[in-house]
Amino acid sequence: MNFKSTIGFEVHFELKTKSKIFSPSPVTYGAKPNTETNVIDWGYPGVLPSVNREVYRLGIMVALATNSHVLPVTHFDRKNYYYPDSPKAYQITQFLQPLARDGYIEVEVHGKKNRIGIHEMHIEEDAGKNTHGTNGFSYVDLNRQGVPLLEVVSEPDIANPEEGYAYLEKLRQIVQFTGASDVKMEEGSMRVDTNISIRPVGQKALGTKVEMKNLNSFEHVRLSLAYEEKRQRQVLLSGGRVQLSTRRFDEATGKTVLERVKEGDADYRYFPEPDIPPYHIKDAWVKEIAASLPKSAADRFADYTGKFGLKPYDANVLLQTKESSDFFDAAVAAGADPQLAANWMNTQVNGYLNDNRTSLAEIALTPAHLAEMITLIKDGTISSKIAKKVFAETVTKGTSPKAFVEAKGLVQLSDMSVLTPMVKAVVDANPQSVVDFKNGKDRAIGYLVGQIMKQTHGKANPVAVNRLLNEELQNR
Amino acid sequence: MEVTEEMIKHVAILSRLEFKADELGEFTSQMGDIINMANQLAEVDTTGVAETAQVVDRDTTFRDDVPEHWQDRDTMMKNVPEKANGFIKVPVIIDKDDND
Repeated sequence: MNFKSTIGFEVHFELKTKSKIFSPSPVTYGAKPNTETNVIDWGYPGVLPSVNREVYRLGIMVALATNSHVLPVTHFDRKNYYYPDSPKAYQITQFLQPLARDGYIEVEVHGKKNRIGIHEMHIEEDAGKNTHGTNGFSYVDLNRQGVPLLEVVSEPDIANPEEGYAYLEKLRQIVQFTGASDVKMEEGSMRVDTNISIRPVGQKALGTKVEMKNLNSFEHVRLSLAYEEKRQRQVLLSGGRVQLSTRRFDEATGKTVLERVKEGDADYRYFPEPDIPPYHIKDAWVKEIAASLPKSAADRFADYTGKFGLKPYDANVLLQTKESSDFFDAAVAAGADPQLAANWMNTQVNGYLNDNRTSLAEIALTPAHLAEMITLIKDGTISSKIAKKVFAETVTKGTSPKAFVEAKGLVQLSDMSVLTPMVKAVVDANPQSVVDFKNGKDRAIGYLVGQIMKQTHGKANPVAVNRLLNEELQNR
Repeated sequence: MEVTEEMIKHVAILSRLEFKADELGEFTSQMGDIINMANQLAEVDTTGVAETAQVVDRDTTFRDDVPEHWQDRDTMMKNVPEKANGFIKVPVIIDKDDND
């Protein structure tokens, strides 16, 4: 018997705000436990939550970037559950009137394009973070309680684990380029829950779905879905029934493990949040946000490969993060040659970031520096070799490349009236090289270039020296 | 609406509440009374009254995204029964694996 899979995703993004969704508690990643909470976060009696405007604004950005329709009227609901990660014993979310509905994104798998529907997206508050000890206790940090989340719920349109992977990649890129979230799975600013059901080919009704929560990486998503496809098939083929449940992916074994049999929606006893008024989202505001949307990764790719003539591979490396793409764009805007800027970004700059485990935001090099240095290379003031020295200085100390080159006398020696007699003298001093050259030994010229470089402390223009040496040797 | 003992047991599990078996009858009838009192609202004629999720006259009230420190950790943790290194210490809360 053949089966057909139906896969859906619920992806949570932490929205990049300075304060929480319902209280002004600060939001700082890595703060000391329980230092960024207040009476609203804990749900003390008599407190009144108030909604952070920025949460709506960032949510609307993602809605627009995923072709979703922003609902004109939204309101919050209370979802009741009892767990130590929330002292309130409820989560404020949007159950009935979410932020946006009916969007889609386009994915490509093995050259085949497909549109994946987005059912809805809503804003809600995060819960605290539990750390499970081995001594029979868990440890709760409520700093995360009340951090704004945007939950994006896909339609169950996804046919296989590969397409699921492509959907997540694309969604992450889209959200990242709106600037609404850091989308870092390792820091929990992007969290993926997936669900999968299978049914015999030809059967209309969907099978019973199994959910998997908090997968650590896209690769785990793919592996756990592939495992579930196989497991559910075996269950059905042996005459069993798939249980409506939540399972967990076990990294060590590559298997999924039953975590709990699911509580039905009714058990959360949702009701309209009485402390927060409804929100009417004006069309004018949505239009204003649309006008402020940063350029999407797809549009940037088109510019990089079209207008700038970069190779698709180079363009994609630049587009791995919004920070790197923004940095490149700023360097080009400051006058850098796009191809040279891309080369420097993707080799020297990335190399430096990886070697030093740092980020573009933390280094001393600015896009203006990069542009300045590239201009010095382009107009022949410095050689690529010297440029590496300049880069090492600027990236660590923030020294202006131009000022550094002038102060250290690193300007490339291209003056023919200086180089020509130097070349003659070197050839005179090395008669064997002339013989070697005449005998077709190309290495001879390399040796002579080395001599000139030695005399000029690496400042001679290598292109000019090569040309002059060739002429001189041929004339002997 | 009739509140049954099964309903009370179910809600007690969801709410992590424990009580003695001989208290069940009393809670069931009390809860039934509360629900029935609230049900009196159904007798009000609401013809022509718009549906709403709230009764105060507020709409679309936003706060600016400005962080403020209100209470420090010591203040917030005053009522925490057990703490360790700034964390709230609770009995282990991961569900037991039920592997198949």
